[in-house]
Amino acid sequence: MYPDNLYYTKDHEWLKLEGEEAVVGITDFAQKQLGDIIYVDLPQPGKVLEAHQAIGSVESVKSVSDVYSPISGEVLAANSELAQTPDLINKDPHGQGWIVRLKIKDKSELNNLMKAADYEKYLEGLEH
Amino acid sequence: MKKTRLNAVHKEAGARMVEFAGFEMPVEYKGIIDEHLAVRTRAGLFDVSHMGEIIVEGPEALACVQYLTPNDAGKLAPGQVQYTALTTPEGTFVDDMLVYCLSVPDKYLLVVNAANTDKDFAWVKEKAAPFRVFVVNRSDEHSQLALQGPLAQEILQPLTDLDLGQMKSFTFAFGKVAGIDCLVSRTGYTGEDGFEIYTLAQNPEVIWKAIIAQGTPKGLLPVGLGARDTLRLEAKLMLYGNDISDKTTVLEADLKWIVKFQKGDFLGKSVLEKQLQEGLKRKLVGFEVVDKGIARPHYPVFAGGRQVSEVCSGTFAPYVKKAIGLVYLPIEYTEIGTEFEIGVRDRKLKARVIPTPFYKREKK
Repeated sequence: MYPDNLYYTKDHEWLKLEGEEAVVGITDFAQKQLGDIIYVDLPQPGKVLEAHQAIGSVESVKSVSDVYSPISGEVLAANSELAQTPDLINKDPHGQGWIVRLKIKDKSELNNLMKAADYEKYLEGLEH
Repeated sequence: MKKTRLNAVHKEAGARMVEFAGFEMPVEYKGIIDEHLAVRTRAGLFDVSHMGEIIVEGPEALACVQYLTPNDAGKLAPGQVQYTALTTPEGTFVDDMLVYCLSVPDKYLLVVNAANTDKDFAWVKEKAAPFRVFVVNRSDEHSQLALQGPLAQEILQPLTDLDLGQMKSFTFAFGKVAGIDCLVSRTGYTGEDGFEIYTLAQNPEVIWKAIIAQGTPKGLLPVGLGARDTLRLEAKLMLYGNDISDKTTVLEADLKWIVKFQKGDFLGKSVLEKQLQEGLKRKLVGFEVVDKGIARPHYPVFAGGRQVSEVCSGTFAPYVKKAIGLVYLPIEYTEIGTEFEIGVRDRKLKARVIPTPFYKREKK
């Protein structure tokens, strides 16, 4: 269910490592919890983020949720498609629904993140 | 946590369940937007069995209901329904509700909000003490389904012996639906045409499944509490706890049309009369968010450089496709077109008072 090539956080973000860069989005679990997403508040390129700092927010009909950076780094780009079609996050949360691309500051922080199997176990724990 | 008799049906349908007013209820099946649009353009089916049903019966039932409510229940003939409120002596809300006239002057059914059922029952019982009436809470025995949308009549007619074409808005009749004894009223909480179906039967899932089978080919969807909330807000129907409470008067809520001063005494009458004479200091108005973003309940509201209020209801409205909401504003800011600001986390968004309801269906 959750791709093996991604890293995951307890706040339900995912991170895909691409060389020295990271692509970040929210997980399928997170989009299901939110429901129909209608608005995404995106950061400006150049913004420097610490791990766990809010990148922006995702709003659904029902609620709003902050998105936290899984890792420290600088925002290289935000997914501008989301301005017109925010429901890409619902349709393809781990792909076209990506939110930001970061320049990673310190790769060792990846060790703080979960792999797919651990994340799935974590979700099972939440459901009980 | 309480469960309605349709609990298993919702889980089978893949609904996401949440706790609401002590009940485990479906919040959405396919998604709020799809469900909302289904009700506006086709039909939707809701389980609203969590709602409270209180019966006031006895020779002074009408007198009792008249005393408890601002609207004129004396105008009701058997088979008629009225939107009204339970008011405090301060003219504020214990709850808002529907009154069903079962028999004049001796039997009335009050349909109240799930979150308030116990409070309302205690209130009605206490205030009814001087009257020759029995007050009975029959909420647990009732199941209630709501079938709403422009195709509601077409979907329900083949399943019932009632002649729905003859049934006017805000009336009800007893009949069979899918072979089960029901009370069916032409009422709802969505701004659409539709029916609310009450039954004491133990197997309301028979009705649910028959309507789903009849309606699915016509585009009917089961609808959860998520879309129920967005639908009622587009139609500017009040939600107790958000828009009205024991801190807001009936007049401040802009519900003067349910206050009939000439009918005789009722709880809160003198306060409301005084408020009407002196003029309102604040009023509930509808707004749209002009900037990009969504206002949600309790977000702070600013006007004239200071915080003046907070958002009551606020959401993205799927049919009118705007961020809308309701807020009590000082009376000087309540003119249509007045602009004010809403604090959304670290920003202030521009908002504007607009006419309500946000959505009004076209009458045939």
